[in-house]
Amino acid sequence: MESSEDDGGEPLSRLAEWRDVTPLPQDDGPNPVAPIAYKEEFRETMDYFRAIYKADERSPRALRLTRRAIHLNPGNYTVWHFRRLVLEALNSDLDEELDFIQRIANSNSKNYQLWHHRRWVVERLGTNARVKELHLIKSILSLDAKNYHAWSHRQWVLQALGGWEDELDYCQQLLEEDIFNNSAWNQRYFVVTRSPLLGGLTAMRASEVRYTVEAILANPNNECPWRYLRGLYKDDIESLVNNHEISSVCLKVINTKSDYIFALKMLLDLVCYGLQPCQEFRDAVVALWTSDSRPLDPDLATAICGILEHVDSMRASYWIWRKNKLPVAA
Amino acid sequence: MADASFGFSTLQMGELAIGKHVHYILSVEKKKDSFESVVMDHLRMNGAYWGLTTLDLLGKLDSVNADEVLSWIMACQHESGGFSGNIGHDPHILYTLSAVQVLALFNKLDVLDIDKVATYITGLQNEDGSFSGDMWGEVDTRFSYIAICCLSILRCLDKINVEKAVSYILSCKNLDGGFGCTPGGESHAGQIFCCVGALAITGSLHHVDKDLLGWWLCERQVKSGGLNGRPEKLPDVCYSWWVLSSLIMIDRVHWIDKEKLVKFILDCQDLENGGISDRPDDAVDVFHTYFGVAGLSLLEYPGLKAVDPAYALPVDVVNRIFFGR
Repeated sequence: MESSEDDGGEPLSRLAEWRDVTPLPQDDGPNPVAPIAYKEEFRETMDYFRAIYKADERSPRALRLTRRAIHLNPGNYTVWHFRRLVLEALNSDLDEELDFIQRIANSNSKNYQLWHHRRWVVERLGTNARVKELHLIKSILSLDAKNYHAWSHRQWVLQALGGWEDELDYCQQLLEEDIFNNSAWNQRYFVVTRSPLLGGLTAMRASEVRYTVEAILANPNNECPWRYLRGLYKDDIESLVNNHEISSVCLKVINTKSDYIFALKMLLDLVCYGLQPCQEFRDAVVALWTSDSRPLDPDLATAICGILEHVDSMRASYWIWRKNKLPVAA
Repeated sequence: MADASFGFSTLQMGELAIGKHVHYILSVEKKKDSFESVVMDHLRMNGAYWGLTTLDLLGKLDSVNADEVLSWIMACQHESGGFSGNIGHDPHILYTLSAVQVLALFNKLDVLDIDKVATYITGLQNEDGSFSGDMWGEVDTRFSYIAICCLSILRCLDKINVEKAVSYILSCKNLDGGFGCTPGGESHAGQIFCCVGALAITGSLHHVDKDLLGWWLCERQVKSGGLNGRPEKLPDVCYSWWVLSSLIMIDRVHWIDKEKLVKFILDCQDLENGGISDRPDDAVDVFHTYFGVAGLSLLEYPGLKAVDPAYALPVDVVNRIFFGR
């Protein structure tokens, strides 16, 4: 059984255990392009690994060696592969394997091999591993709440093993910590649309709109809730246009005369979808226009494009294109 | 390798230090005891692709010995037909594409047993149309792009189930118009490049809502002029490739401020030692050097070869593959 202590880092050539092995040096091919110069410890470990790998030795010491190699270079996918072969051959305790991965996960949280290895282990453990897994991912996300690998893994765990009960609350908590966390908004959408415990998008829509509107009012320059809001309506444009809460939040933000770019964009989209805005909207938009030299276009949508071209000048080409795409006023 | 032949002189702010970057790439593999050399061992095939494609874009591919590179690449091919990241490693779809791309750079695709490579890749397609990275089964839309790009270069795309491959990619489309790594995964510029590239190569771009995605992509440009990969994240030079090539493929690149982006990329150069980093004043690496140069090529920066946004190879290489027989 593999020792749970971390490797002491003693040179392998000095250990009695490895006396029978002839380490294999790196073969850079018949004409090496440029032989890579290695750190000594790394070089020695990999020389021994190559020997074991070539001999296909799936033993306890091979397992310990892969641990050492992974510590030195967790990006080395061949070592992870071989470790899996050894774990299978030895029928090793996979709960201990999870502990091993957990110990190196913090400093290697963006490593593809680590996450995939973790999934491989969890697949074998099944639903029993669920709680521990969701907990581990939370701890990684507490260090970096936008870690793409962690989120991808979390989605897989939920779909493969369940555990949806607390997920919406978890998203809520993350958004309270950082309302700008796009990953948490994406996960929220994931839960609302896919959780077998909730009623589905249409059933959840009203409460989600309220939540999102609040988030928008707190930070109108936050890209995420605006996209989320649009996403809640998927292809149901009619309901989007008819929900006064949405046009109303646009108006509120525009009236503050600050951080209104996304609000204007949403209003533009609503008008293009068929919203018939009342005078209040026109007044609010006109109030944004401070130039005396050029009058604002009487058509609301055109006027909005004109303003955005000016205040979001980095994307001026986009706003000009939007303006040109507008149906010609009768 | 004499430095004088590259002829660099004092550079003003805001210029591409071509000579320095060539020197950097050629020297990076020889750096002793650097952390980078240690971690690059297993993904040397990717590193070769990034470095050599950059050299080609800078017009300096002849700075390396093609024969040495090619014999090393072929030594990385396995019985299964797949290529590994380096000698003594296991095959993976990632390194198989890089190997094929480098062979394409040197116009040596004919050394390949194409059926062998194709067999490896087709064997990685799953029932639902997705692709695994290798025998261990990791699934990601990156691998869909790789499979499609690789087989397209080898002129045998019909060996996979293209319809299913496309439908899997579309199942990863999100409501913001973007794509994630798997269905439901957050839209991410890197994944978007892979999905849009795969759809472009298979002639399936009509499935993309170009206006919606185009707006999401142009919103990646932040005040500094750089591009991020997701909302509310920091800009990174590599997104100059992922976002830009995606915008070009859907014909919406005019929606970003090109001048500001050029300036951002140039600010990420290490003008002393060569190389480009993820953002100004950070450490450089070959990965970001490639994406910075490739991004500048897409922005039509003078003195660079044109790069194909879908195949991520110089345009003349792509033309040679498809028209130069």
